[in-house]
Amino acid sequence: MADIAVPRAGTAVGAGGRASLHRLMQRKSTIAFLMALPLILVISLLVAYPAFYSIYLATLNKSMERFVGLGNFSFLFGRETFWLVVKQSCIFAITAVIFKALIGFVVAHFVHNIPAKGQRKWRGMLLVPWVIPPAMSTLAWLWLFDPSYSAFNWILAIFGIDPVPWTGNAHWARFAVILVNIWVGAPFFMIMYLAALKSVPEQLYEAAAIDGATWWQRIWYVTLPMMRNIIAITALFSLIVTFANFDIVRVLTAGGPLDYTHIFATWAFRVGIESGDIPLGASVSLFMVPILAVAAWFILRDINQRGNEA
Amino acid sequence: MTTRSLTRRRVAKTALATTALVGMPFVRGAHAAGSLSIGFWDHWVPGANKATEDLVKEWGEKEKVETKIDYITSQGNKLLLTVAAEAQAKSGHDILAFSTWLPAEHAERLEPVNDLMEPLIKQNGAVNATVEYLGKQGGKWLAVPATVGSQIKGPCSRIDLMKQHAGIDVQAMYPAGAEPKAENWTFDTFLKAAEACHKGGNPFGIGLGITSDSVDTIGAVFHGYGAQLVDAKGNITVKSDAVRQALDYYKRLMAFLPPDVPAWDDASNNKWLVSGRGAMIMNPPSAWAVAKRDAPQVAEQCWTHGMPAGPKGRYAPFLPFFWGVWNFGKNKSAAKSLLLHMSQPSAAEKMVAASGGYDLPSFANLTTFKTWAEEGPPKGTLYHYPNPYNHQVLSIAAAPAPPKIAVQIYNQGLMTKMAVRHFQGEAIDKTIAWAESELEGFMRT
Repeated sequence: MADIAVPRAGTAVGAGGRASLHRLMQRKSTIAFLMALPLILVISLLVAYPAFYSIYLATLNKSMERFVGLGNFSFLFGRETFWLVVKQSCIFAITAVIFKALIGFVVAHFVHNIPAKGQRKWRGMLLVPWVIPPAMSTLAWLWLFDPSYSAFNWILAIFGIDPVPWTGNAHWARFAVILVNIWVGAPFFMIMYLAALKSVPEQLYEAAAIDGATWWQRIWYVTLPMMRNIIAITALFSLIVTFANFDIVRVLTAGGPLDYTHIFATWAFRVGIESGDIPLGASVSLFMVPILAVAAWFILRDINQRGNEA
Repeated sequence: MTTRSLTRRRVAKTALATTALVGMPFVRGAHAAGSLSIGFWDHWVPGANKATEDLVKEWGEKEKVETKIDYITSQGNKLLLTVAAEAQAKSGHDILAFSTWLPAEHAERLEPVNDLMEPLIKQNGAVNATVEYLGKQGGKWLAVPATVGSQIKGPCSRIDLMKQHAGIDVQAMYPAGAEPKAENWTFDTFLKAAEACHKGGNPFGIGLGITSDSVDTIGAVFHGYGAQLVDAKGNITVKSDAVRQALDYYKRLMAFLPPDVPAWDDASNNKWLVSGRGAMIMNPPSAWAVAKRDAPQVAEQCWTHGMPAGPKGRYAPFLPFFWGVWNFGKNKSAAKSLLLHMSQPSAAEKMVAASGGYDLPSFANLTTFKTWAEEGPPKGTLYHYPNPYNHQVLSIAAAPAPPKIAVQIYNQGLMTKMAVRHFQGEAIDKTIAWAESELEGFMRT
């Protein structure tokens, strides 16, 4: 790399040379830091500041005049609706991530097996749900699930099947929001897994074939171990993003019916912004942070350990 | 540019003489008085913003004040978020539109406007109790009721379908240009009509979601039974016979509504009317206006009228908008001067005309503009929309609970949730116990 200073032949590399190289590296790191500084500032301003400000807000009383410590959290723990939201957020995030991972894995294999010539076209098409802003695509889903004019119900009616209350019944509404989340998120898994699949050395499969491995054994003993890190990182990343989802639920059901589709972000908005209790809303939105942080720490530690073993 | 500040004394002096000064400039003189930024609600009636734009321009030219208007949509809660952001930042527009519950929510941050409201009430007539409940706290007026955006959400019925299925002539009950003849228009009659229209294949389109239209309707029915979840002192009063009666009534009514009403939002009832499927919805005339454009044969059969009466009175849902001035605002005197200008009868009439009759002034003497008499088809369809004979009590769901509690009852759709739970088979005692637990959570200070 051009960054490495290569000593000329015949030049003695003495203590003075090392010192100047060191200074040079120091200068380069300084330059690198300065170049990264705008991004650091942007992240500080748009991520760190709001995060710390929301922690501060979560420690205030409703009128934001008094410090109450963890009082908002202890209040939340006594609310039936809060535990309903916790339960639903877990159902929503875990179910969606499992299905996104499964669908992503299967589709990635299909795409991987398509001849290189047509693969690009398929990759592009399969990424469409992920690249459309979810608020927009969810609107289209809303029309498909519309309480009175659902396109799905229109199709069901052709076959003489009674209309389904997609957003009017608690179970169907949960199904609808999870389905849309899977539809939006599965392509992300697909593309990550596809990249991982492409990096698995072909020799491993050849060796497995010589050993007489079946299709399933090749997946279990070759593909999955080689994709383990990417699966863990993708699942972690998606779990965090899915727990923090807002737009899909907000557009599709707004948390209804009877709060049965509320997740942390939508309920935080309802409580904090719409009902004028910003500290409580901040507390709701922060509730998952320590849990996800611990999960992230374990997953990342595991990945790091595997990296060191390798 | 030379500037001159508008002083509090000037505002007070002018306000006191409002009646005499109608149409006269507030700040006289050749000097300008700074600049003023205004955040108005972005009207969904096309062209309706023009009235406020013209009025502000007219005032700005007269007073030599540079004005800048932002029209902020309520779609996606943009207005709500703007108000919250400005309150947090303690910086923002000099005048800002505040939807129904927001003045009470930001009471501590709003400049009192008693100096405007007292003369305006003298000039334009009293405001109804709901405006006072939402806009006044401890003798302090928090904001001025805005004509733009304020609305009554009474029934909009199909003349033909109500006659055909229920044998009710809504035009005879609420004749254009004359007092209502609605003594028999009660909750019982309403329920029978709902049943008949349901049987006839055109059910009433009354939502039971948690958005405003659904909550407003159930709120008016609760008022009609005298049912309060929390009283004015903040005591939980949900365990009452009146609440049981209201829930029981809604259970019977829901049997005649479309099965998907728990999932309805504020657009669902409009679509229900415009599609021609329903005999009645509860809405301001926006649904009728859309029908006029998209389904004229439906619009020709629409008649906006009063609510049915319950055992404790005839209540209609009223949602006022307000214009408020932050107490950290930079040009409060000029802001008040503009609000005074915007609250004159001639200004209100322009706004009503520009909105095709949708907007409602909150003052008693401003409910008989010719727009409501002349709008159609059918001509006179909006005559009773502004409640010209004070035939019904204008109310808001969750009142008389203290607004900071009521806003949570309202925005979390507690009453509609109670109705749906009970309708879906939950025992009434269990529903009430659940509501009581929710209400305890709303008591936070």
